Amino acid sequence: MVQALELKALRKTYGSGLEALKGIDLSVRQGDFFALLGPNGAGKSTTLGIVSGLVNKTSGSVKIFGFDMDTHPVDAKSRLGVVPQEFNFNQFEKVFDIVVTQAGYYGIPARIASASAEKYLRKLGLWEKRDSAARLLSGGMKRRLMIARALVHEPALLILDEPTAGVDIELRRSMWEFMNELNAHGTTIILTTHYLEEAEALCRNIAIIDKGVILENTSKKALLGKLNKETYVIDVVTLPEVMPVLPGAEFTVDDEQNLVVTIDASINLNRVFAVLSAHDLVVRSMRTRSNRLEELFVEILGRDAVGSQTS
Amino acid sequence: MSAYAIWVAFSTILVKEIRRFMRIWGQTLLPPAITMSLYFVIFGNLIGSRIGEMGGHDYMEFIVPGLVMMSVITNAYANVVSSFFGMKFQRSVEELLVSPIPYWVVLAGYVAGGVARGLAVGLIVTLLSLGFTHLQIHHVGVTVLTIVLTAILFSLGGFINALLATKFDDIAIVPTFILTPLTYLGGVFYSITLLPPFWQTVSQFNPILYMVNTFRYGILGVSDIDIGGAFVMILGFIAILTATSLYMLKNGKGIRS
Ligand SMILES: Nc1ncnc2c1ncn2[C@@H]1O[C@H](COP(=O)(O)OP(=O)(O)OP(=O)(O)O)[C@@H](O)[C@H]1O
Ligand SMILES: [Mg+2]
Repeated sequence: MVQALELKALRKTYGSGLEALKGIDLSVRQGDFFALLGPNGAGKSTTLGIVSGLVNKTSGSVKIFGFDMDTHPVDAKSRLGVVPQEFNFNQFEKVFDIVVTQAGYYGIPARIASASAEKYLRKLGLWEKRDSAARLLSGGMKRRLMIARALVHEPALLILDEPTAGVDIELRRSMWEFMNELNAHGTTIILTTHYLEEAEALCRNIAIIDKGVILENTSKKALLGKLNKETYVIDVVTLPEVMPVLPGAEFTVDDEQNLVVTIDASINLNRVFAVLSAHDLVVRSMRTRSNRLEELFVEILGRDAVGSQTS
Repeated sequence: MSAYAIWVAFSTILVKEIRRFMRIWGQTLLPPAITMSLYFVIFGNLIGSRIGEMGGHDYMEFIVPGLVMMSVITNAYANVVSSFFGMKFQRSVEELLVSPIPYWVVLAGYVAGGVARGLAVGLIVTLLSLGFTHLQIHHVGVTVLTIVLTAILFSLGGFINALLATKFDDIAIVPTFILTPLTYLGGVFYSITLLPPFWQTVSQFNPILYMVNTFRYGILGVSDIDIGGAFVMILGFIAILTATSLYMLKNGKGIRS
């Protein structure tokens, strides 16, 4: 089956001389829910910008459902919906008009576009705001407006560049649900985010990019399988004076006066408790620290940083 | 895209452009109406009555075609440059860039928007002039063709200006330092036969002279220059600016990094 997105040896050097992408290869399967992760300035938006036709590539190729962006731009672009990182609508135009006008650029007449615009504005909770000028919307609403606009022509591939930035928790959850529903109905989704729990909750496949290079490109399962350390935060009644010692585990104290233990996957948790009991430490509660993907992410990027220092 | 889809995309841009200049009519349609009425009163009535004849016509009659043309040029240019630069500034130009709309349709849509505003203002000014003089159109075909081609030409100019502009100041430079002087020196207020031979020759290099004279010929039947040659020149400029615009769009000049 043809890939929803296929990037080959994609390079981008900006006019300033900055090499933002250093030859990227990436494939996203049809129906996938794919996360492109990386720190600020890694090249995520540049990659998605090239795919969307907003940034000129320096070299390489982009194919959307097998259609090359250079030779078959109409076939490629009509299958693609884009939600950029920055707001990019006319602030003075009305919400409804923005969505219908976008459909017009895809050759969809207003009669049909109006129905589609209503459907998505309702789903995204913006129908009541349809006659407001875009600038009067809140930040979270503006982001949803861009999602409605990206969907109006029913694209098979949806690209979202930090769609939940600045969106409150409740709304973020409802957007996750919405994206899952879209994906379940067959829309391939590519997402960038700095909330790693979002990527962990939603995505099946993940690529990690830094400094214009793809460091990892694999399934979430395989990625998480690589995680061979787990960190727990333990709330103890009184902190020990001398740290417990256990091979394969490392005990520290964090800023909030919690006991923190990082253990190898091979170590059994019972052994940790045995050591704690031996030290007469009373455990009030325990939780895993942060999210697992986040740790892995930091580890992978750290490894890269060490690599680039030595090379 | 199918022919129908292209038509939909084109009319989406055109309708959006017309709605824009109608919505802000106080900045787009009213100012030329006021300025031109003042020209009619001051130059046509007050001063014109002392000037007497120009090019075989009453001075008022002589300047009306030039002033109509001047309004069309300014407004066609202004519409495209401010609308398209505004899109760049707000980044909503990206709505066009992500879509499959072909570049020539984008260009055609914006040019059509500029022509619509140019013609709307031209019509308003013409109707106002009827309050001051009696107009009889000598050659309807030449009149309409000239005004439409001129509006197309300056809409294209406005488009290129918008692509090149990086800040708001950049969209005022050409109208202030190039368009206005060329228009004033393009025979709007005088027949170039009044000039010394040297300045007559210099004037021949001003493209606006040809447009003003062709248009004046359409209405009054008098011209300082050869009409056929004027059309060839206008069409030539249109071809050059169209090719330039399309080339720039294709390469993303000013719209893609
Ligand atoms: N228009 C531009 N001109 C010059 N350099 C640019 C431009 N856009 C981005 N860059 C540079 O390219 C690099 C990659 O930027 P990009 O926006 O792709 O990062 P990102 O991964 O999306 O980061 P973030 O998570 O902060 O959005 C950065 O160093 C950035 O400064
Ligand atoms: Mg980004």
